[in-house]
Amino acid sequence: MNGLIAILLAVPYTLLVTIGAFIIGFVIAIPLVLMRRSRIAPVRWVSQAVIDLVRGIPPIVWLFFIFFGLPLLEIRLDPVPAAILGLGIFSGGFLAEIFRGGLLAVHRGQFEASQALGLHSVTAFVLVIAPQAFRAMLPGLATYFIGLIKDSSIASVIGVTEMVFAAQVYARQSPEGIYTFFVAALVYIGLSVPFALLSRGMETKLQAGAK
Amino acid sequence: MTSTFEFWQANLPEMLSGLGVSLQLTILALILGFPLGLILAVASSTRSRSIRWTAIAIVEVGRGAPALVVLYVVYFGLPILSLTPEAYVCAVIGLTYTTASYTAEYIRGGLKSVSAGSIEAGNALAMSQLDVLRFIIVPQGLRVALPSLMGFAILIFQATSLTYSITVTELTAVATSISSSSFRALEIFGLAGIMYAAITLPASWATNKVDQHMSNRY
Repeated sequence: MNGLIAILLAVPYTLLVTIGAFIIGFVIAIPLVLMRRSRIAPVRWVSQAVIDLVRGIPPIVWLFFIFFGLPLLEIRLDPVPAAILGLGIFSGGFLAEIFRGGLLAVHRGQFEASQALGLHSVTAFVLVIAPQAFRAMLPGLATYFIGLIKDSSIASVIGVTEMVFAAQVYARQSPEGIYTFFVAALVYIGLSVPFALLSRGMETKLQAGAK
Repeated sequence: MTSTFEFWQANLPEMLSGLGVSLQLTILALILGFPLGLILAVASSTRSRSIRWTAIAIVEVGRGAPALVVLYVVYFGLPILSLTPEAYVCAVIGLTYTTASYTAEYIRGGLKSVSAGSIEAGNALAMSQLDVLRFIIVPQGLRVALPSLMGFAILIFQATSLTYSITVTELTAVATSISSSSFRALEIFGLAGIMYAAITLPASWATNKVDQHMSNRY
């Protein structure tokens, strides 16, 4: 019973790391995807290389690099910001690919029509292209976010007191502590359900708007 | 203090043996997990309700729980059943379960995409249900699922880094121990990152190629 309470108390940390990393990833992904769509080929290559590299290194290595490596350059981060930054960098690569897919789903005619109407390219992007792209990439974003809730468990290795960390402390104390891992697994599954429902609801609503 | 390059060179053999363990874990998880995933995929679309729901529950728990939690459950859980396998075996069991449940979903999606026409054609030729499954649905479905299965193989290779937390001496664990004895974390985790990327980058390019090839076909 105490195990359940300990895990529930750790949920805010899980959500903090997840949401923080998602926001950092979002911010990193925007310039990456704009570069990826650039007219200048080398800019596209650089962006693709960064996206591939960022996604190609496991999140745990990013966390160790930031948490143990950066202090050698006199940059010291507490576990929570280090975890948010590490998972955020990793997420940036994935979100850039999701954004790219969303933008590809917008019909060419929409770009041409905005140009024909004499809209400024920024205005066209914000008012015409982005809303349509957002609709196309919502399922991908929701899936990634739910995956990130689970990936935030990796933050436990650098001492962030989220759910897995709490379960581990318990597992060490008693032989029955193992059951707290089952509880943690159930809480993870439980956490992803409301987000899945939310995204499905938003999808239906946005689909209705498209017609 | 030696230069970064000399430091890397001195530790390269140890790091390579760690990479070898990571690759072994990946291959074992894939070899054991894919067939299980295929069985779960077929079971979760069968007509029998009890089989279907059991398979769906197994898959959803495996996909819903973080791979790290699955590893801990195996590592701390098996001793309760009076089994004390090595950490390496626990890692293989945990990663196999994660692989099986994710691939089950990809394969199920592939199987669903097989056109009703080719199934009807099989029935019209008086093939048995099992033959339709074996010779028509599975080969076509697997081909559709191939790019996502390859993408997953890359993710499970990255996930082997999680087994560090249950004391398996794979690449991340080797890097961690070198880091704590040398105090040169930046360089050693940099090397670890390069080594992971040396596997994942070519693998993801290959996946993109296959993906493009498949989408041009249809």
